[in-house]
Amino acid sequence: ESLKVLKMFTDFLSFMVLFNFIIPVSMYVTVEMQKFLGSFFISWDKDFYDEEINEGALVNTSDLNEELGQVDYIFTDKTGTLTENSMEFIECCIDGHKYKGAAQDTDGLSQTDGPLTYFDKADKNREELFLRALCLCHTVEVKTNDTVDGPTESAALTYMSSSPDEIALVKGAKKYGFTFVGIRNGHMRVENQRKEIEEYELLHTLNFDAVRRRMSVIVKTQAGDILLFCKGADSAVFPRVQNHEIELTKAHVERAHVERNAMDGYRTLCVAFKEITPDDYERINRQLIEAKMALQDREEKMEKVFDDIETNMNLIGATAVEDKLQDEAAETIEALHSAGLKVWVLTGDKMETAKSTCYACRLFQTSTELLELTTKTIEESERKEDRLHELLIEYRKKLLHDFPKSTRSLKKAWTEHQEYGLIIDGSTLSLILNSSQDSSSNNYKSIFLQICMKCTAVLCCRMAPLQKAQIVRMVKNLKGSPITLSIGDGANDVSMILESHVGIGIKGKEGRQAARNSDYAVPKFKHLKKLLLAHGHLYYVRIAHLVQYFFYKNLCFILPQFLYQFFCGFSQQPLYDAAYLTMYNICFTSLPILAYSLLEQHINIDTLTSDPRLYMKISGNAMLQLGPFLYWTFLAAFEGTVFFFGTYFLFQTSSLEENAKVYGNWTFGTIVFTVLVFTVTLKLALDTRFWTWINHFVIWGSLAFYVFFSFFWGGIIWPFLKQQRMYFVFAQMLSSVSTWLAIVLLIFISLFPEILLIVLKNVRRRSARNPNLELPMLLSYKHIDNGY
Amino acid sequence: RRRRRLRVFCQGQQAGPLGGPPARRGAAPWGSMAMNYNAKDEVDGGPQCPPGGPAKNRRPDNTAFKQQRLPAWQPILTAGTVLPTFFIIGLIFIPIGIGIFVTSNNIREIEIDYTGTDPSSPCNKCLSPNATPCYCTINFTLEQSFEGNVFMYYGLSNFYQNHRRYVKSRDDSQLNGDSSALLNPSKECEPYRRNEDKPIAPCGAIANSMFNDTLELFLVGNESYPTPIPLKKKGIAWWTDKNVKFRNPSGGESLKERFKGTTKPVNWVKPVYMLDSEPDNNGFINEDFIVWMRTAALPTFRKLYRLIERKSDLHPTLPAGRYYLNITYNYPVHSFDGRKRMILSTISWMGGKNPFLGIAYIAIGSISFLLGVVLLVINHKYRNSSNTADIT
Repeated sequence: ESLKVLKMFTDFLSFMVLFNFIIPVSMYVTVEMQKFLGSFFISWDKDFYDEEINEGALVNTSDLNEELGQVDYIFTDKTGTLTENSMEFIECCIDGHKYKGAAQDTDGLSQTDGPLTYFDKADKNREELFLRALCLCHTVEVKTNDTVDGPTESAALTYMSSSPDEIALVKGAKKYGFTFVGIRNGHMRVENQRKEIEEYELLHTLNFDAVRRRMSVIVKTQAGDILLFCKGADSAVFPRVQNHEIELTKAHVERAHVERNAMDGYRTLCVAFKEITPDDYERINRQLIEAKMALQDREEKMEKVFDDIETNMNLIGATAVEDKLQDEAAETIEALHSAGLKVWVLTGDKMETAKSTCYACRLFQTSTELLELTTKTIEESERKEDRLHELLIEYRKKLLHDFPKSTRSLKKAWTEHQEYGLIIDGSTLSLILNSSQDSSSNNYKSIFLQICMKCTAVLCCRMAPLQKAQIVRMVKNLKGSPITLSIGDGANDVSMILESHVGIGIKGKEGRQAARNSDYAVPKFKHLKKLLLAHGHLYYVRIAHLVQYFFYKNLCFILPQFLYQFFCGFSQQPLYDAAYLTMYNICFTSLPILAYSLLEQHINIDTLTSDPRLYMKISGNAMLQLGPFLYWTFLAAFEGTVFFFGTYFLFQTSSLEENAKVYGNWTFGTIVFTVLVFTVTLKLALDTRFWTWINHFVIWGSLAFYVFFSFFWGGIIWPFLKQQRMYFVFAQMLSSVSTWLAIVLLIFISLFPEILLIVLKNVRRRSARNPNLELPMLLSYKHIDNGY
Repeated sequence: RRRRRLRVFCQGQQAGPLGGPPARRGAAPWGSMAMNYNAKDEVDGGPQCPPGGPAKNRRPDNTAFKQQRLPAWQPILTAGTVLPTFFIIGLIFIPIGIGIFVTSNNIREIEIDYTGTDPSSPCNKCLSPNATPCYCTINFTLEQSFEGNVFMYYGLSNFYQNHRRYVKSRDDSQLNGDSSALLNPSKECEPYRRNEDKPIAPCGAIANSMFNDTLELFLVGNESYPTPIPLKKKGIAWWTDKNVKFRNPSGGESLKERFKGTTKPVNWVKPVYMLDSEPDNNGFINEDFIVWMRTAALPTFRKLYRLIERKSDLHPTLPAGRYYLNITYNYPVHSFDGRKRMILSTISWMGGKNPFLGIAYIAIGSISFLLGVVLLVINHKYRNSSNTADIT
């Protein structure tokens, strides 16, 4: 009895050994190699090279190449990603008076001509105060080319900062006659309009952070006054301005300016100051130092101190800085849209600024109906949540009415139906996501998501970095878990880059944090187009084919061995010689598929980039669904059966040779194996649409190697082998005409369904051809839309 | 979800701006995402990783390979290119198939089962194990004469010569004449490795179960006494097997001396050096033995037994008429429901009678041709309709 159990156990193990080849272990190796080598093509691509920064694309991971072809949602930052992030000081507003300078910032040699033309002047003192504030309130560092600096050397100053805004502001101040010369011994030196050097002792810098959205400096003038200058986003500064009536009216004018500027797509910052009495300063200083020294919760404490200090300030003015759109940003967005991708813009900027940028880069069309969920639309009502609820329900009704249910047709619908865009801001978002802990919060979220999914474009403004990540996470966890891609350039995008499936960094001006935390880094936003549409598409097709092919070829390989068990008394007798079993995946069939998966271009790269709709063909993991998998499995099963039974029927004879000599089991296996190797290789050859010399070399080379190896392996009595099973088997096999004929026949039968399918597909494609589809997509449809 | 990064951290100097707290890198969390992401880190700008050398050109090489623009042949498999292949395949395969089929049909083959399970069979008496040696005779008639060289095979059914433990039960070094392996056979041969403390030569289950019936063929002519048909024993094994793979051990004068110290396989009647009288067909290089040692692929198999060579062009090798087969019935197959057959067959360039190959070729050729026609019609129809659609 125990012997029987033991026998069962050993039989089980023997079968495991026999059939373990069906699990393509070698696939893992090949996939890794493909991914690793394949990722080089991205960094080698000269289209990703940017002259300005003298760099190409950077690949940080080799794992996500194919995900680039599966992206559903794109989350993009605005500043530095859609826009250049090369700031230009456009205008400023002091005490409600608008100052517009010459738009072009010349190289800084002729700026000392004195003040530029003003439209109307504010009080001279306020003006100077404002310009001083611009010169002092920043973290710009000065790099001088010459160590012996004097006032005359100021022309050679180069400013360096983590934020291009600050440089633009400092340069702007310079244009109006106030030049920041540098810091010496803790004193900030400013050259004023009268060419005098003013020195301010820098007491404290209250660094910028994305939550406060403002920064301040505390300086001591030569006269001994202690001043605090603060600049920041309007929403961060206005609430902290003194509530005197005069100030308020001023603030209103200012605010109007700011809003108008924002509408023009400018980035606006407000500047405020306050005087600090020495007593107060003592206290502040103590608190600051205490907070800085704190061992626990330092950040919270600092924040609290900052909060206390930056109150009751006086508003001096506002600045407007222009950020130009990146090269081809609009074309890229348009291409991504027509590729069926949903583009969300997540930005920390003001809504108006962001909105105008979105229009500029054609994220929103003029025909797009905008749904707004912002503090403005909600604030009017008393109970925010009720109002929010109302809005959400209303929007949903509108959208559901317009759109058919299924998401499949949604993509098509985009070109035909009314397009919707959603605008939401940070505070409303947090209201939706974190609204009071009743049951409705979940409800809000789901309604919100429903709305989001129906919109072609979503703009989220006034986002904190963590909110960006929150949004990405929310979308990532949607039903069907869509693949998300985040692209950004700054440190504030890092959270969203890390959160999304694929993170793309722009090698921008705001440092390299985004690039270093990303999976891929490219110099410009426009490179996203080729990265997704061409590289992503190709990588996906390649890897999908690779995976399917591996399962296919291993099933083909093992199925005859499985069938053979029925004819050898289930004794686990291998059909193929051990050398063939080992070498099949390593030598005979590995290189062709590797070359295919690196070089294949079933559609030309140029076609892929110029017709974005091709991207939709592979969306939703189309090549690795049940259907294609079943097809490959069926093909493998069919071929395996043909190999085995073809040879089986061939052996239903006394002899295959004209001298009547008889073949044994190893010849049987070798015939099957020969047909197998040729069939799977030729199948790949049929699939290859891009035959470079490398493909030719590895495909024909592999077959030649197989033949060569078989002769060699059977040509010698190998001293280290216990059994000379294969001795002269291959050569003897080839001396039979019948075997040749059978091999050719079986290869052809095996490939027959594949050839037939190619023809049928061809006919079907022809029948499905729709004249509309032939229009080149990119340029056509927008123009037609506009034309009508 | 796995996010593994091949990242090289850059070692740039990272002084916090203006005496602030030394900035921590925001790059820290490995996959832990934004949970411990720190807002403070965002300020950290400062001088970043400076690009290598200012003069270093990082422009990617503009080579065809790196830009994925290698010159390539891009075959487009359209109906226009594939359809002719169907016709060509059809036109090639059908004649080949007909050729094979005709050739196969011209091969004469006769199969005689002499197992003796049928009580009426003359060999029925040999089924009982104690009737050894047992002789039986089977009469048969050739309706048509066999011309050219004729080959005699024996066939066994339900005999699993391809069983794993059977296949490996041999020692090729011993069979190759290796003297150390002769006296110390491989462990694979167990339990047919040693008998009564002597090594078995040839060892193993394959050798032990060697087919040992003797078949003799007689023509019952018009004369009263039958003519024995001359059966040639040599030339039935692969040349390489006979001359390279199988070798008698070297040494002593006579073959018996060379096999000194070994014993015969358990089931054998005679030792290996007495398999045949001719010295070049004796011992390990006995061709019946070599043929047996090439294990068959399937449980029903045939093995070449004897050659009947053509005498002259004028007379058929085996004229039509009555024959009888004399069998020395030694080989028991009844215990495992096996069958034993004697086959006489002529041969052609493609081997023995095998209708499969010819039929398969004709079938595939016809299918290919028919599909070609069908697809051509469909294609033609489509072209017309799509043309008209384009016009409208």
